[in-house]
Amino acid sequence: MSLLAIKDLSLAIGDTKILHDIDLTMQKGEIVAITGESGSGKSMTALAVMGLLPQGSDPKGKILLDGTDILQTTEPNLCKMRGNAMGMVFQEPMTALNPVQTIGAQVAETILIHEKTSKAEAHKRAAAMLERVGLKVAPTRYPHELSGGQRQRVVIAMAIALRPKLLIADEPTTALDVTTQARILDLLRDLVREFDMGLLIITHDLAVVADIADKIVVMQNGRVVEAGETKHLLARMQHPYTKALFEASTHAVSLPETTQSSPMLSVQNVNRDYPMSRQTLLGPRPMFRALHDISFEINQSERVGLVGESGCGKSTLTRAILGLEDVQGGEIRLDGEPVFTGKHPNLAVRRRMQVVFQDPYSSFNPRHRVDRLITEPFHLLETPPTGQARTHAIAKALEDVGLSSNDATKYIHEFSGGQRQRIAIARALIIAPELIIFDEAVSALDVSVRAQVLDLIADLCHKRPLAYIFISHDLSVVRTVTDRVMVMQAGKIVEQGETETVFANPQHPYTQTLIAAAPKLPTFGMAV
Amino acid sequence: MSRNLIIGAALTLVFIALAAVSFIWTPAEIETLDIPNKLQGPNGTNPLGTDHFGRDILSMIMMGARTSIAVALVAVGIGMALGVPLGLLAAARHGSMLDELIMRGNDLVFAFPSLVIAILITAVFGASAVNAIIAIGIFNIPVFARLTRGAALPLWERDFILAARVCGKSAARISVEHILPNITNLMIVQGTIQFSLGILAEAALSYIGLGAQPPTASWGRMLADAQTLVSIAPHTALIPGFAILLMVLGLNLMGDGLRDWLDPRIRVART
Amino acid sequence: MIRYALGRLTSLIISLIVASVVIFAVIEVIPGDPAAFMLGVNARPDTIAALRAEMGLDQPLITRYLDWVTGLLRGDFGQSWTYKTPVSELINDRIWVSLPLAIYALILSTLIAFPAGIYAASRRGGAGDVTIMGATQLGVAIPNFWFAMILVLIFAINLRWFSAGGFPGWSDPFQALKSLTLPAIALALPQAAILARVMRSSLLDMLGEDFIRTARAKGLSRRQALWKHAVRNALIPVLTIIGLQFSFLLAGGIIIEQVFFLPGLGRLIFQSISARDLIVVESVVMLLVFTVIMVNFLVDLAYAAVDPRLRTKA
Repeated sequence: MSLLAIKDLSLAIGDTKILHDIDLTMQKGEIVAITGESGSGKSMTALAVMGLLPQGSDPKGKILLDGTDILQTTEPNLCKMRGNAMGMVFQEPMTALNPVQTIGAQVAETILIHEKTSKAEAHKRAAAMLERVGLKVAPTRYPHELSGGQRQRVVIAMAIALRPKLLIADEPTTALDVTTQARILDLLRDLVREFDMGLLIITHDLAVVADIADKIVVMQNGRVVEAGETKHLLARMQHPYTKALFEASTHAVSLPETTQSSPMLSVQNVNRDYPMSRQTLLGPRPMFRALHDISFEINQSERVGLVGESGCGKSTLTRAILGLEDVQGGEIRLDGEPVFTGKHPNLAVRRRMQVVFQDPYSSFNPRHRVDRLITEPFHLLETPPTGQARTHAIAKALEDVGLSSNDATKYIHEFSGGQRQRIAIARALIIAPELIIFDEAVSALDVSVRAQVLDLIADLCHKRPLAYIFISHDLSVVRTVTDRVMVMQAGKIVEQGETETVFANPQHPYTQTLIAAAPKLPTFGMAV
Repeated sequence: MSRNLIIGAALTLVFIALAAVSFIWTPAEIETLDIPNKLQGPNGTNPLGTDHFGRDILSMIMMGARTSIAVALVAVGIGMALGVPLGLLAAARHGSMLDELIMRGNDLVFAFPSLVIAILITAVFGASAVNAIIAIGIFNIPVFARLTRGAALPLWERDFILAARVCGKSAARISVEHILPNITNLMIVQGTIQFSLGILAEAALSYIGLGAQPPTASWGRMLADAQTLVSIAPHTALIPGFAILLMVLGLNLMGDGLRDWLDPRIRVART
Repeated sequence: MIRYALGRLTSLIISLIVASVVIFAVIEVIPGDPAAFMLGVNARPDTIAALRAEMGLDQPLITRYLDWVTGLLRGDFGQSWTYKTPVSELINDRIWVSLPLAIYALILSTLIAFPAGIYAASRRGGAGDVTIMGATQLGVAIPNFWFAMILVLIFAINLRWFSAGGFPGWSDPFQALKSLTLPAIALALPQAAILARVMRSSLLDMLGEDFIRTARAKGLSRRQALWKHAVRNALIPVLTIIGLQFSFLLAGGIIIEQVFFLPGLGRLIFQSISARDLIVVESVVMLLVFTVIMVNFLVDLAYAAVDPRLRTKA
């Protein structure tokens, strides 16, 4: 008998159909990955297995866990199964833990709720489990004292404290840095082997899927479009959507050759310090050095990547280059002009730089129309275009990014995430800047949309001289859209050079770790 | 639109209409005393009866609606006009000495309930409707300042604000162009709630004699007059009380309805 | 934790200093001469001069402020002009009505609001929730002094279960509490309505949090997740409201005392206002503000007890 068998699972919430005829089976000790883009229904499938569907859900079909149909089980009996026969790990470790309870108590709760043991015994077992998942802090700590990776270990300890037969992990590493991701994936793999449990992992990241899964299930719009053993599926993809998905994940763009040109942006020995809170009541504020002796140059129409993990100082550097904040040492100049003069940003320099942010949903004022949104940079010009010239500029900017001039009068909520990133690029381009900073600009997008936006960026480079700094935690993306790359760690640039050279032959140990940790798609499946 | 919004708006409109009509017509003159006709229950000539001076209660209620609405509206206006800019300023200069100063100032005003402010003002300048407005208005300032700052701070973290800064816009300009339009709904909803609290506060101040003075009619005053007559003429106490209750209920329902209609995520403060 | 408490204590002291300056200044900005103001238009010049000397008005402002504040610290609130007795005695006679009333009302309000709010949140959208929310909508809209009058009409005049007003003193605690019961209910119910709404919405916010889903995945039932994880987190905003409410109950008590003819601080303050006895007004207002600031300080400490994040952060 299979450990988990989903048969003809359909789900509607209200009048919306979410899932259609899902079939899936898995055995003990097996790792099955469900993958697909947002809206494919992969998370809902996971919640259905846990019996944790939102209110108003109407599931049909069968979900058999060891022969017991979850959909026919009463809520009190489901409570007995959750945490005991099946456990679940969620995407966002920062919010998954109760902020006012110690981590030990939260792990012990899983034990106490299902078994009649003493509190002391449960805490002892909880401590042992926390140690098993590789957590090196005391169980008496509170969640806010832990990093994201540590918290995810606590959530895993909670889910496996009673050695369930099935562990479900919904995007367990999406919110984590690559090196942490690699360690958490290793841990999950070890636990599956040690406990002989089944692991159902939900992820949008095909590289993770290829790396960890025995079996792959590809979903699109609430349906399973293709499923099979990882090796077979990667070698012989049947469904066009699967092929498109894998193609998009490894999408490479063709950039025009850089014509050797003169330096434009020069960053010299920059330090940036932040005051921290006082250690004693009236003592001096200790300083935190977020940028440490940063130096580099960017030439005209040069495409430079900036990689590093969260907290390494990437955003601080962006703000410093844009002249949003002053620096405490060194100098940032654009064509010899400082970006920050006296106590004020230098607007003459600022009008030659623009930025595109990560989150397409927070990048626009929801109360303004598109024409007003994308013309905001005109504020930097001494004589902004008016009347006919303005209308023309708006139409051109929208058409340049593949949208229509009719979109100018719409509000931002009428656009999808990918379209919003196009509008963000239109906003950046409208004053024809020489340097654009893409701050994780494609990180929040689904792979297929991401591929389109990357194509657009490459296309723009063919059409006009454009230099950019491309900040991303995704090494494969950086590799395809940049000529040169800088690696940042803890406020320092530890390595910089030609992109291909750095990726092929990393010198600094940190770069080596990063590249080793990044999951890679095997290339044999790429014959399309 | 929800049922709350319709019922609330209807109730509110009834009282605003009563107040508006009182400018051109009331069933009887409230200045004329008619002692022989005192404490009459509701009847043909006096639909809501008469008070201890024989005055027509319906006319008093209409004139009282005017006082209540005027005092509460101006007080909320003062609170918004000063509180919102202070809140915007504190958010724009988040973490600075100025922010600290504004917020500590707010805490300080919160330590003086509006009644205590009214007591202080009255002790020094004497009781009047204007002093009631000032007392309620002062208390409204920190309410709006805190709410504005609280709503503006997460907006300042959003990327579109950063984009505006990249476009060289000043903090003041960003506050007006980007922050203000995004907190308008919140201000409308909270303004409605503060309006209702203002009506309650005005009634309380008039009741203890720190608000509008005779001959200005006010609901709180009517209740004070009715207090000793509660056992012989209950209607003199019940009618003004229901007027306050219905008006405040109407505003609260309207506030909740507006919130559901404009943006269900809005959280209002109720004290 | 100690740093957090010290930080709060510093701001408590600063608040008290600023509040005392504000109150002193308001009383001092009285147009003209406070002594003449207190005695009224018909006072003889030598009486005014005598009062001036007694109030120390011939001293510079700073000296007078310092004298007043150091007096307060020693428990010396000055001498009432109209009663001819120390203000501290006047306050001491009356505070044992006002303070117990506020505390009584606070306890009632919390006892009503917590179960109501938790019940409504746990049965969101159900008949119980709708009923409780409807009742709180009314409770929020009722003026408490009018509610008090209705209570008197029903329970004192018609049913004769309670007396309509007055206070027998604490020699018989049962009678004392009984005479404070109607006033406390009148004060508590409207506040309970507000608190129940805050409790409910705060709980609903918490029930939508990720950690509740985590708890459910561990095998806790909806109810267990609510009690073990949501309630304590929901307390943080609720505590703020309880702190604010104490000041409303104390101030609201001044009004309710009028309805029930209770010999509390409210009565003292109104008599002093009509007698223009500024020394009494000044001291009673300072006392009220002091209490409010102290309660807020205690609420801040309670936050830290509930929320470990405050204990380790500055």
